[in-house]
Amino acid sequence: MKLKEISREELFRSSYGCAGCAAVLAVRLTLKVLGRNCVCVVPANCISTVSCYYPQTPFFVPMTVMAFAATGAALSGISAGFRRRGREDISVVGFSGDGGTADIGIQSLSGAIDGGYKFIYICYDNEAYMNTGIQRSGLTPYGATTTTTPAPCFETESKKDMLRIVAAHDIPYAATACTSYPLDFMQKVARANRVNGPTYIHVLAPCPTGWGFAPDRAIELGRMAVESGFWRLVELENGKLRTTHKPSRRRSVAEYFAAQTRFRQLSPEQIEEIQRNIDRRQAAGQAFSATG
Amino acid sequence: MKKSIPGPVSRAGNIPTRMGSWSTIKPVLKGKCNFCLLCWIFCPEGAISQDEGHRQVLFNNEECKGCGICVRECPTGAIEMAEPEQGERP
Repeated sequence: MKLKEISREELFRSSYGCAGCAAVLAVRLTLKVLGRNCVCVVPANCISTVSCYYPQTPFFVPMTVMAFAATGAALSGISAGFRRRGREDISVVGFSGDGGTADIGIQSLSGAIDGGYKFIYICYDNEAYMNTGIQRSGLTPYGATTTTTPAPCFETESKKDMLRIVAAHDIPYAATACTSYPLDFMQKVARANRVNGPTYIHVLAPCPTGWGFAPDRAIELGRMAVESGFWRLVELENGKLRTTHKPSRRRSVAEYFAAQTRFRQLSPEQIEEIQRNIDRRQAAGQAFSATG
Repeated sequence: MKKSIPGPVSRAGNIPTRMGSWSTIKPVLKGKCNFCLLCWIFCPEGAISQDEGHRQVLFNNEECKGCGICVRECPTGAIEMAEPEQGERP
């Protein structure tokens, strides 16, 4: 896939999202790959918040807003309907936030993967419940402050390894991505679209409001997350795990933390411990998206 | 051939929102554009389009929120944030 070959058609454009929102970028890039022949399911999350202002909508494809816990159920239901009518050419895609995936929607995601219908489940991970005011979620990393874990306290649980959870379902295709690597992400969406079964893509989407950095650095922050080893770009196809992008330069995790305000209260010793954890996971060749 | 699925169900005929008023400064092409399209792919709003004839990018000030991602990601540093001329402002 090359930049020049990507569709110029904007099917998600000019939403009410914050300036520099990477979650909005993730939706835009996904719809560039899938084109007009797709149906979107959006539960309660940032995307539904920024796109559903009657009578305007940034979506140029059919979309439905679903209950928070029911993304997976809606996806398999719509997909089952299309299968019954012989329209399996239509892609069914769900955009769920990290809370809607790892906390509230996890049973429905699990059931949907078990059901085996064809859909793409995209979890854009901005590492907290951002649209309701930055509350902690199951995917908030260790050490981050949120409004429910305020400084000088901080999140003391580590991030759930969603990829390992979906891999335990024997999913045909699952991947992690980051909006700072758009071609890598779009390739994964295209690959997921070819699979006749449930697929899951976990995309890291830096959030200027919640993480505390200037909007113009949204792409840089994602790149720093990958280069520091905080986030890995991998894909899992039929049980085989493959790293799709190895960063050419390594950064220290301290550099990544210094770029945002949510890790401000960590002492150098705590950052060192997180760095050791990341190094240990990398040295052990731990298969899944290693997070501190 | 199968017909494609119907478009969005919206009585107003799917009017895109216009967020241009969020910011008074907008990206302006100051230097030479090498048409690498990095700003275009990274723009969250889809406010950048391509001028194939002149081989450069165009900015839609009506949709741009002025986040500045294009300025930071431009490899040649050709884009700058500036206040648009009178009359260009949305």
